[in-house]
Amino acid sequence: MLSIRHLKTYFRTPRGIARAVDGVSLQMGPGEIMGVVGESGCGKSVMALSVLGLLASPPALFAGGEIRFKGRDLLTLAPEELRRLRGDQISMIFQEPMSALNPVFTVGNQLSEVFRVHRGLDRSAARQGAVEMLAKVGVPAPERRVGEYPYQLSGGMRQRVMIAMALACRPALLLADEPTTALDVSIQAQILELMLGLKEELGTAILLITHDLGVVAEITRRVAVMYTGKIMEEAATEELFDHPLHPYTRGLMASIPRADASFETDALNEIRGVVPSAVDLPPGCHFEPRCPEAVAACRTHPPELEELRPGHRVACWRANRG
Amino acid sequence: MGRYLLKRLWHTVYVVVGISMISFFFIHLSGDPVMLMLPPDATMAEVETLREQLGFNDPIYVQYWRFASRAVQGDLGSSLYFRVPAVNLILERLPASLELAGAAMLIALAISIPLGIISAVKRGSLWDLSSMLGALFGLSMPHFWLGIMLILLFSVTLGWLPTSGRGSLAQLVMPSLALGLSLMAMFARLTRSVMLEVLSQDYVRTARAKGLKERLVIGKHALKNALIPLVTVAGMQFGFLIGGTVIIETVFAWPGVGRLVVQAIFSRDYPLVQATVLVLAVLFVLVNLLTDLIYLYLDPQISYLEEK
Ligand SMILES: Nc1ncnc2c1ncn2[C@@H]1O[C@H](COP(=O)(O)OP(=O)(O)OP(=O)(O)O)[C@@H](O)[C@H]1O
Ligand SMILES: [Mg+2]
Repeated sequence: MLSIRHLKTYFRTPRGIARAVDGVSLQMGPGEIMGVVGESGCGKSVMALSVLGLLASPPALFAGGEIRFKGRDLLTLAPEELRRLRGDQISMIFQEPMSALNPVFTVGNQLSEVFRVHRGLDRSAARQGAVEMLAKVGVPAPERRVGEYPYQLSGGMRQRVMIAMALACRPALLLADEPTTALDVSIQAQILELMLGLKEELGTAILLITHDLGVVAEITRRVAVMYTGKIMEEAATEELFDHPLHPYTRGLMASIPRADASFETDALNEIRGVVPSAVDLPPGCHFEPRCPEAVAACRTHPPELEELRPGHRVACWRANRG
Repeated sequence: MGRYLLKRLWHTVYVVVGISMISFFFIHLSGDPVMLMLPPDATMAEVETLREQLGFNDPIYVQYWRFASRAVQGDLGSSLYFRVPAVNLILERLPASLELAGAAMLIALAISIPLGIISAVKRGSLWDLSSMLGALFGLSMPHFWLGIMLILLFSVTLGWLPTSGRGSLAQLVMPSLALGLSLMAMFARLTRSVMLEVLSQDYVRTARAKGLKERLVIGKHALKNALIPLVTVAGMQFGFLIGGTVIIETVFAWPGVGRLVVQAIFSRDYPLVQATVLVLAVLFVLVNLLTDLIYLYLDPQISYLEEK
């Protein structure tokens, strides 16, 4: 259903070309839940925004690759066609529920827009749809809430509204960009549960972007680990947690506190150093400067993704040998 | 919301009282007009008598109190020069001032807002660069010079428009253009920068992610937010415009309040100055109140925050 191939999304910046997404490939089937994890700045959001065509160009430039959705290449699709897909076939929810809703329009107004633009409903029918969606995402007293403004809602409620907006047209694909990061821990679980429930009901595939491996372990079927615009490792969730092959993945796992640590941890408890700048990446493996297992080859030759175990791809010279 | 408005109304009263005091004391600092009212060969005794008669020898707070208690009854004193109630003179001129300010503001907003929006949306384009250059030009052009150029072009050379006076729409065109152009330039630049700021907000991205047409994203989601700072500045500017158009009024012989007050200052017609300052202050505050009302409509959060 969604197939990203060798996607390269760069930015022109005063300091040079920033390679935010640099040759990412991903496949997702209908109704699948896939996780994308990685530290801040590794290009997760840029990848998702590329799918929806929401990056202003310039400064963004699409240096190559394709994004196929139901057979059509989104990168070459006419803007008007892509607009029709957005919010209808493909939706997105964002990290910050505080700023993602427009402060000067009511929740009902913003929610019914989706029905009006994609379903051509009139004002009252769209409003009715908005009330129903709010009820569906567990907003109490939806009849009253539709008339309220975002500032009158808590963070969790706003994120529910965002989810209602994203799922209003029963999209085939939901891009969830850190949907729970900004919320209280107690609310996080509720929101994830809500998304899972709706996914079952509507058959929506979810690309869940997060830097929380705990969340990934809980709800995704497959995971891709990203670092500096590249996928370092990709496998079924259980497989990845049982046999993490990339030192970066192992570093990430070691740095989350988990009671049931079922995976082997290295001497590496935390990843040393900082993420290199996207305008100035190392010539070999991007992780090499921080990697405790790096050898000479890592410094000069970038490793390619290779399938080392069934359905388990990894880009690492050391893992190849191991 | 009702409480918010009531509170605002109270503020308005404070401000008006404050302004009336300050202006009263300052005008007094400049001395009394008794010397000007009498012939040059008047004796000291005569001067003193008149002073006593007009109450200039009383302590200043007594004088203020006298002025204020009459003012609340609508009596702002009489013009020393015209020898008629100051209020009448002002009310006679006020419609002309409001008309000119309103027309200038209307022209400025109607043109500058679309201009600024297009510039922001097409940032860095030839359109953007040329309209911002034009705006800079408009800002740096003095009103009187622009007025004279307009007269030369439209009245003298083309003969399309009358050079001065008030009454017909044709007579309104040039003064309001001359006055509105720099406003237009200012608002175009302001709209552009506010719009650029708003367009980078998350909710604009959300609106696009919903699949809304660009027309709605900009004309609805971005614009309503951008209007909030614009309304503030427009309200302010309108307040200034009502009394501050002396130069244009002079160039076009426009019978507005601005010219009246300048005339009053030069002739030391001090009750008239005092009255005009007060009326203009009240108007200024009323315009601000109106701005607040528009605010309430634009930003639902305001009444909420104010009531907390
Ligand atoms: N508009 C832009 N102009 C220039 N560089 C950009 C722009 N947007 C993103 N980048 C760069 O692209 C890289 C990837 O950013 P991205 O927002 O995708 O990271 P992320 O993985 O989503 O991080 P986070 O977890 O903090 O959300 C960063 O280095 C960032 O500086
Ligand atoms: Mg991000």
